[in-house]
Amino acid sequence: MMETLGDLVRGTCDLVHRDRTRLLDVARIVQERLGCVPGSAMDLIASHLDVKRIDVESLVSFYSFLSKEPEGKVVIRLSDDVVDRMAGYDAVLAAFRDELGIGLGEKTPDGSISLTRTACIGMCDQAPSALANDTVLTDLTPQAARAIVRGLREHGDPKRLVNRLGDGQNAHPLVLSMVGNHIRRAGPILLSPGKRGRAVELTLSLHPAEVIRAIKAARLRGRGGAGFPAGMKWEFTRAAPGERKYIICNADEGEPGTFKDRVLLTEFPDRVFAGMTIAGYAIGAEEGILYLRAEYAYLVPYLEEVLAKRRVEGLLGDHIEGKFSMSFDIRIQLGAGAYVCGEETALISSMEGLRGDPKNRPPFPAQSGYLGYPTSVNNVETLCCVTRIAEIGVATFCQYGTEQSAGTKLLSISGDVTRPGVYEVPFGVTLREVLVMCGGEEAGAAQVGGPSGQLVGPEGFDRAITYEDLSTGGALVVFGRDRDLLAMMYGYMEFFEEESCGYCTPCRVGNELLKNGLLRVMEGRAEPDDLEQFRAIGKTMKATSRCGLGQTSWRPLVTALDAFPDLLAGKVVSDPDGFCRSFDLKAEVSQAEGIAGRKSEHAGRKGGDDGR
Amino acid sequence: MSGNEKPKIATTSLCGCFGCHMSLLDIDLRILDLAEIVEFSRSPINDLKTIEDRAAVGLIEGGCANEENVEVLREFRRQCDVLVSVGDCAISGGIPALRNTIPLSECLDEAYRNGPSTVNESGDIPNDPEIPLLLNKVYPAHEVVKIDYHLPGCPPPADTLWTALVALLSGKPLDLPYKLLKYD
Repeated sequence: MMETLGDLVRGTCDLVHRDRTRLLDVARIVQERLGCVPGSAMDLIASHLDVKRIDVESLVSFYSFLSKEPEGKVVIRLSDDVVDRMAGYDAVLAAFRDELGIGLGEKTPDGSISLTRTACIGMCDQAPSALANDTVLTDLTPQAARAIVRGLREHGDPKRLVNRLGDGQNAHPLVLSMVGNHIRRAGPILLSPGKRGRAVELTLSLHPAEVIRAIKAARLRGRGGAGFPAGMKWEFTRAAPGERKYIICNADEGEPGTFKDRVLLTEFPDRVFAGMTIAGYAIGAEEGILYLRAEYAYLVPYLEEVLAKRRVEGLLGDHIEGKFSMSFDIRIQLGAGAYVCGEETALISSMEGLRGDPKNRPPFPAQSGYLGYPTSVNNVETLCCVTRIAEIGVATFCQYGTEQSAGTKLLSISGDVTRPGVYEVPFGVTLREVLVMCGGEEAGAAQVGGPSGQLVGPEGFDRAITYEDLSTGGALVVFGRDRDLLAMMYGYMEFFEEESCGYCTPCRVGNELLKNGLLRVMEGRAEPDDLEQFRAIGKTMKATSRCGLGQTSWRPLVTALDAFPDLLAGKVVSDPDGFCRSFDLKAEVSQAEGIAGRKSEHAGRKGGDDGR
Repeated sequence: MSGNEKPKIATTSLCGCFGCHMSLLDIDLRILDLAEIVEFSRSPINDLKTIEDRAAVGLIEGGCANEENVEVLREFRRQCDVLVSVGDCAISGGIPALRNTIPLSECLDEAYRNGPSTVNESGDIPNDPEIPLLLNKVYPAHEVVKIDYHLPGCPPPADTLWTALVALLSGKPLDLPYKLLKYD
């Protein structure tokens, strides 16, 4: 018997106990089953979850993996990042378009395949890459693209497109992915083996306050990029009044060029979950949530199995390690394609069944976070550090790194290097040393910390990777000397313009102004004043945007100005008459000339002003 | 501004409503003081159509909506030492820029053919060679020529214009009290 829309929506809403804060899950499931969330389904969802129809519509329109209009049975999402473009994105896209006979954003006439583009999917070390539904396709070539389309036409099953298996747990029966880990340098802390269960066992013999004291003694700072002291965050969360508390692991690894959390989740999921358990014990939370970006959905069955095993072994659930007072469990929350959700308050909005809009701070999540309860949001890598600190001790952890940046850091390295992949390095290492490690000695520039980080030129290669100098969440994109750096920065500005949630005007408008301004520079239509204008816009965005996106998204352009002043200055010219060189009168009257059927008397008339 | 010659001031209204010029006239009797210290060059106030010599200050009301606006603005840029965008239309395009999200042909159709109050049996859109061609979009002045100063407001209050002009002409720093800065 055919399942009706009503049955599907009712069943899905019942699955989440008609909890309105699980709206994102409901929308995801409906999208998966129907290829869209049509208006009729929105009405039903709204009535079952007791929310307004506009709340559903707003949510669906926000996330790039949700759509109101039907998508193909298989959606091919090409990762369109700067690194993908460096690795041949254009040729791959052309092959897909040609073989499918459709353009970007279109669907084959039989409704079987959609082709679209998306921001970095966390596979820059194996670019160009794409998603076919949840299946990751890596190291794409035009030939591979054609084979993928033919394969889908034949059997329609994205999973059967996996023609080789990646290393390590990527070959696990529940993963079966062609993704490679590319662990190039395993350091002593994060990528070294440990003993399962040991960290939780050791931690539970301490008082929660002692656990927090140890994390503070280890000087552990957040590894996602902001670098906030983890122990302090936990202390605030523990101290905040609230009948429930939450620990959230931020696995919404969306900063373009970052993929180290993917490797940690693939190879060391127990380490992540142990870190969450320890955090839960320390702050007094009974529930932990792993917020996983939608692009990593292929890991869910595997991660669920790891969680199930931990429950069986008494590492999750009631009375962990026989400790009567300790109950803790973890669930996985999938995102739906939105960079801004990596920002902790946007991530919380997303988990609450809302658009992934950042919230005002204060109150900080430690006071009032998920569902209004005190919440600690920690990065995957930070939580892995927690587990290792418990296992190896504070002293050993602090042997590595610098005074203000203790321990080691994972770097996701991609771009013009011979050995792209994940590197564990002690804090304090210089950029030059890292470039030698990864075969990027010939670099002309490096984007440290992703687009929201900074562009560093050769004179900055002796700077150190630390919170106090070159702070990074882990992304390191290397540009060869012959790369067009402005085109790279333009790619990043396109990214930010698209990913801005639009709430703060300085971010919504500023990113577009910067992007268009950069384009004018690249096309030789800009003036020296424009460059100063970029700085002024950046300053406004930093001061007046409420979340990290707008506070940092001016950085690709402005740090390029600092690192390569001649690069931009050489492309701008003053106009002797004080006219804007970007204003093209001839082009501007083109529509009116067509409508009126006569030529402009002004455009191109006056001698000497070459038609401006 | 040397010698006995008074500095010249030129003003124009491009795609604006003349409200900013009304506000300028609103300085009331101080216009006599102004006439003491400046000479008015091209301006709708005196109906002069050209800037004979260079002017010290040019005040621009309105954005650029058609080719003539661009022509006039460029003439002002060439002839004025200091150019000031006055009011929201010059600064941001203002109300006329609301058409920027709509293709030009649709705007004209709505205005001359399909509008609910339009009676136009021939369906013709006015098209005399005397009528300047519209630009694809309406532009703020500083996207067409370099602008030195911006005085916001719709319109900027008369006291704002007066204070700014006195500062400009006397070469003293401009100190606009908060209440004189309007953004609507």
